[in-house]
Amino acid sequence: MIAEAGHALLWIAAVLAILQFAFGGIGVLRNDREFMANTKPVAIAQGVAALLSFLVLIWLFLITDLSVKLVVSNSHSAKPLLYKFAGTWGNHEGSMLLWVMVLAISGGAVALLEKRLSDRTLSATLAAQALISFGFYAFLIFSSNPFERMPTVPLEGLGLNPLLQDPGLAFHPPTLYIGYVGISIAFSIAVGALITKEVDPAFARAMRPWVLGAWIFLTLGIVAGSYWAYYELGWGGWWFWDPVENASLMPWLAATALLHSVTVLATRDGLRAWTIMLAVVAFSMSMVGTFLVRSGILTSVHSFAVDPERGSFILALLTIYIGGALALFALRASSVKEGTQFELFSREGALVANNLLLSAILGIVFVGTLYPLAAEALTGEKLSVGPPYFNAASAPVAIILILIMAAGPLMKWRKDDWKVVGQRLAVPVLVMALALAAFAIMAPNIGILSFLGFVAAIGVGAASIAPLWKRNLRRTPLFTWGMVISHLGIAVAIIGMASEASFTKETLAAMNIGDTRSVGPYSVTLKDVKPVAGPNWTAVEAKLEVRRGDTLIEERPQARMFSSPVTATNEAAIRTHFDGQIYLVIGEEQPDGRWQIRMWWKPLVSLIWAGGIMVALGGLLALLGRIRRRSAVDLLVRKEALA
Amino acid sequence: MKPKHQRLGLAVAGLFAMVGSGLLAMTALKDQAAYFYAPADLKTASVKPGEAIRLGGMVVANSIKRDPDGVTIRFQVSDGKATTNVRFTGIVPDLFKENSGMVGEGSLSSDGTFVADNILAKHDERYMPPQLEGKMHKTETMAQ
Repeated sequence: MIAEAGHALLWIAAVLAILQFAFGGIGVLRNDREFMANTKPVAIAQGVAALLSFLVLIWLFLITDLSVKLVVSNSHSAKPLLYKFAGTWGNHEGSMLLWVMVLAISGGAVALLEKRLSDRTLSATLAAQALISFGFYAFLIFSSNPFERMPTVPLEGLGLNPLLQDPGLAFHPPTLYIGYVGISIAFSIAVGALITKEVDPAFARAMRPWVLGAWIFLTLGIVAGSYWAYYELGWGGWWFWDPVENASLMPWLAATALLHSVTVLATRDGLRAWTIMLAVVAFSMSMVGTFLVRSGILTSVHSFAVDPERGSFILALLTIYIGGALALFALRASSVKEGTQFELFSREGALVANNLLLSAILGIVFVGTLYPLAAEALTGEKLSVGPPYFNAASAPVAIILILIMAAGPLMKWRKDDWKVVGQRLAVPVLVMALALAAFAIMAPNIGILSFLGFVAAIGVGAASIAPLWKRNLRRTPLFTWGMVISHLGIAVAIIGMASEASFTKETLAAMNIGDTRSVGPYSVTLKDVKPVAGPNWTAVEAKLEVRRGDTLIEERPQARMFSSPVTATNEAAIRTHFDGQIYLVIGEEQPDGRWQIRMWWKPLVSLIWAGGIMVALGGLLALLGRIRRRSAVDLLVRKEALA
Repeated sequence: MKPKHQRLGLAVAGLFAMVGSGLLAMTALKDQAAYFYAPADLKTASVKPGEAIRLGGMVVANSIKRDPDGVTIRFQVSDGKATTNVRFTGIVPDLFKENSGMVGEGSLSSDGTFVADNILAKHDERYMPPQLEGKMHKTETMAQ
């Protein structure tokens, strides 16, 4: 019964989506206040129905209901509770339900919270959001029903892919999806404003918090995924330019550009049409990413069952939505009024450069990700595009971008003077010159990319805190703090990346019990290797004594064997120190009884994710700052009205 | 500055960025793209020693040999038409075994041995590197 209730809730949500679309559409077309007002409760109800449907699926996984096909193929009664819960989205159908749920809840949240959009634009926005939701409900119901029953109830489930049985599964997909799909709101607001022809600063101020919110989660989701891929041996490390990674990076690049252009529109009334375009592109990239990851076109740990029908369904949906939005844009672009003018040497100019360069990187990643697919479809040739392409093509653009990031916040809106900006940049440039000299003398052989990365990051780090210079820190607005911390986070992350790439030390050895090897500042002794067991796995575990100076710690990397399904995984032992991480892995036993042990010392590697978290934290501060300012303004308006 | 001029300036800058990144992407793609090879491709293609490539194929039965250092293995990879000698120093992924598909990243040494820096993990028994699917299918049919 419970499964049927979940299924019914999906249908109800789909019907509510149609209703929401109809109400919003009629309301806007006829300018009918009643229809417009009724769109909101329907949108909220749709969000609730989708949420309930998702909760039902979680429940079915928690109790391991073996009459449901999805539970049978992806769960097992002996699985730890956390993975029963997170396993809900560790499969195609469940993850798509999570996707649609985020879409519906985002729509509901807009209906509930958005007060700044005009009623017409809000209704048009909700209608657009409903149309997207409807397509994905249809996708779920007709080609990926998560609530399908088994003809006969088996005794046990097949289990979750052991590689996914990791705390990362509880965190990475939900955060990524909230960001990925949350950006749909920007898309819908853009479409709504195009329909009602209300593209102006007020519209940008309404859109900005939603973009910020989605962007924060997207950033966190990418950081979480990057760390997971790093500690899981064989997933290629913290960033591998794998198509699925690119699928999350492309919306992030577009959303980052949007975040900056929406600020220009909100503050200076510039870049109107461009902002609309970016909002459309950002969510289009999310849909392209969903298509790449969920269609089975790419084989990775992210693609579950390969079913061509599903791929074509998503492809059809994204063609309709992206095509429709672009067509609307083409029709209405001429009605979008010209924004305010500005000099090229100004804050706006820097933000335009930021947008162009982010778009250029987006283009480079897009070409590299889709080229192999296009080549295979056209010529049948199989090839792969890997890190050498992405690094070579995107790094030069990225370095110019971060240099502009250093200067932009120090420039005035509208118009600024070369000399004045030069003075403001004097200290950061000096710091950068010192860094250049220091690295040229002390580490000349680290490779051009790492070298430039270090030098630019140190300069940008200095420049990013410069906007706080000579300011009363207590009275500095929260969104200025947010910008400073996000930009500083980028610099911190780049230092981590460059350090990982250039200073990592590695030792690989076959060791007898009692042998000692050294890696970086550490000496590692193999004390013992013995079998251990967990709830649904057995493992061989090495006991390693890790010594650095006077401190001694014990590490226990494992090689695990899961029983259902039978899979071996490797659990590295990773310990974070203030200056880096030590990463230990146990390999195979050799015929002569020695054990393979692989050890890495990765100085400052944790800065990659610490920087990423700072970027997201900066976003959060900016969001809080905007909300606070808005309530202050509202209060003022109300007071004036009373007076 | 007149609005028209500014729009023109922006359009030119945008065009410049797009063309520039497009050219950058194209040159990088030309240099770096087709770097996935099967053993038979390696015989015909002119791959320079040291150039980063990927090699995919089946690990030949009884070909895995271990060096005395305990961490280096040598084996042969076949696509049914040709074989390539491979050397790898490191911990092999869990599902690496003879008669099973593998993809290695690395480069050719001057004697034609493929020196793998990394052997890509198979995620599960059903996993097949996408680039290999077609080629492996052929191999399996030929073996029967």
